[in-house]
Amino acid sequence: MIRKFTKSALLLLLLALAEIATAQDGAAILEKVDANMSSDNRIFESSMTIHTKRGSRTITSKSWSEGNNKSFTEYLSPAAEKGTKMLKLEKQLWIYSPSTDRTIQLSGHMLRQSVMGSDLSYEDMMDDRKLNEIYSSEIKGQEKIGDRNTFVLLLTAKVEDAAYYTQKIWVDAERFVPLKQELYAKSGKLLKRMEMSNVIQVQGRWFPATVIYKDMLKQGDGTEFKITSIKFNQTIPPHLFTKASLKQ
Amino acid sequence: MIKFLIKGLLRDKSRSRLPIMVVAIGVTLTVFMHAYITGFMGDTIEMNARFTTGHAKVMTRAYAEDASLLPNDLALMQIEELLDSLRSLYPDMSWSPRIQFGGLIDVPDSAGETRSQGTAIGWGLELIANQDELNRLDLQKALRSGHLPRKSGDALLSNSFAGKLGIAPGDEFTLISSTMNGGMAMYNFRLSGTVHFGVEIMDRGSIIADLKDVQLALEMENAAGEITGFSNTGFYDNNQAEKLSDSFNSKFKTDDEFSPVMLSLSQQGNMGQYVQMSEVWSAYVSLIFIFAMSLVLWNAGLLGGLRRYGEVGIRLAMGESKGHVYRSMIAESVFIGIAGSVTGTAAGLGFAWLLQTYGLDISGMMQGASLMMPTIIKARITPTDFYIGFFPGVISTVIGTLLSGIGIYRRQTAKLFKELEA
Repeated sequence: MIRKFTKSALLLLLLALAEIATAQDGAAILEKVDANMSSDNRIFESSMTIHTKRGSRTITSKSWSEGNNKSFTEYLSPAAEKGTKMLKLEKQLWIYSPSTDRTIQLSGHMLRQSVMGSDLSYEDMMDDRKLNEIYSSEIKGQEKIGDRNTFVLLLTAKVEDAAYYTQKIWVDAERFVPLKQELYAKSGKLLKRMEMSNVIQVQGRWFPATVIYKDMLKQGDGTEFKITSIKFNQTIPPHLFTKASLKQ
Repeated sequence: MIKFLIKGLLRDKSRSRLPIMVVAIGVTLTVFMHAYITGFMGDTIEMNARFTTGHAKVMTRAYAEDASLLPNDLALMQIEELLDSLRSLYPDMSWSPRIQFGGLIDVPDSAGETRSQGTAIGWGLELIANQDELNRLDLQKALRSGHLPRKSGDALLSNSFAGKLGIAPGDEFTLISSTMNGGMAMYNFRLSGTVHFGVEIMDRGSIIADLKDVQLALEMENAAGEITGFSNTGFYDNNQAEKLSDSFNSKFKTDDEFSPVMLSLSQQGNMGQYVQMSEVWSAYVSLIFIFAMSLVLWNAGLLGGLRRYGEVGIRLAMGESKGHVYRSMIAESVFIGIAGSVTGTAAGLGFAWLLQTYGLDISGMMQGASLMMPTIIKARITPTDFYIGFFPGVISTVIGTLLSGIGIYRRQTAKLFKELEA
């Protein structure tokens, strides 16, 4: 009787230890992902192609960001969007439109609106925090995406203000960059899907240069986001992250 | 004979006053209820037609599928040509392009930065080119301050919304929305005036601007989300509207999701159920009420007949034939029914006129309502109201007398004196 009980207890202990080990492994993988995807600061140029029922259009922009809380974006083309600027400071977002010469602050549910009609919301764009800071992770298995081996991680929010309660993320087992991400609401509903490709090495880190975003609640074929150039750890003048720079 | 009976009724108040009063009260309630139901149901349908559905509406097939989301990226294009076709094909209807949109209204401070904000539902309507939409939405009457849009850049805000934003006529504000291509739309307007419609959804937060301005703001040149059609008679006729949409759809039938499709008011959202419900409900309520009043008035007729048991006995004892007594009582009930119905119809029409003219404010009960319903209930007097009361008023009274009068034929002359002695 006592022997049986001891065996069961040991089994439970082993299972618990295995669970802790899996969680720790998940956290370690996520840390490596964060090391690739996050940086002290970065400057990048990108093009965003939005596929709608009536056709596609491409918007180009240049962005400067510092840590998780400061970023500045200027839209370069097409003509209708040229000169539009966005400034993010902490949890606040301002948009400047040259046609109206107005600086508008967006807050609350407006941050869930689509950016320029794309499949990205302002909230998606603003949330640059490290995944490890927002989510606890658990390895769910291994899968192949194309010819790449990936770890499948289930992330569950550990902070109150996470935009998505859970995420399923496929991480390249060798380069530790996400190759696919599924973002879920607390109800379990799939809200967005991201597919990363064209993984490049920049300044010693791996980075996916192309991301296809698909808002699952929207019609259309998604938004293709391409980074055309990216530089990490550059010197960015502090005045760029001020409201005054929006009108310049 | 008729003169004799009328004199009898006038001189013997117990035979006329109470029965006429009972009939009149019943008929008053019937007429008033009918006018009230017609008014309330009709107002709700017409209000939805004027503000959202039109009597018929043309959209692209793709837009129609998600019309509640106001998907302007799926809007009609080349609308000038489509409008020309509609106007020549269906001249009995008045056609107006409209753009409905959602957005954020942002009011600047002196430095041009956000002072206050609020989400709004917007309407781009032909306000400057012609007077049709101004009259249709009765904007002059709805105006609470300032003036209607006169030039490009002018816009109206709902009165309470403007109050919440702290903005007055003459002030500038910015609309932030999505362009037809999905881009960000930012457009400066000048508040020309504020409006109050008495419709909770419209008064909560709305912006109304000229179509051309909205087309410019949302990059929708020669495009519109919808083209609304209104019957020149001014009233919605479901059969006519459905025939019209069938005719249009057979002419413009293609598999292209951006081809135009016409939907009648009853084919849009839940309006079909409402139209059907209003027809059935109006008939049921009227019928139930007429039936209930008929029972009351029939009972009154029966009581009248029974109350005159002694009088009938004396008349038979004096040699009057049973048939003559029966016929004279029926004739009297006809006079009572007519007098009561006329009085009741006049009173019912009077009360209905008061409700039609002044209305009953139920805005307190409508706070937070998502249905487009009037916050002031008004009756509507229709030709039916002038005769509907006569059904329960005359027929029931006469049927009551007919039934109670059968007893006359059961009376036996030999027993009459015994009964009278008792």
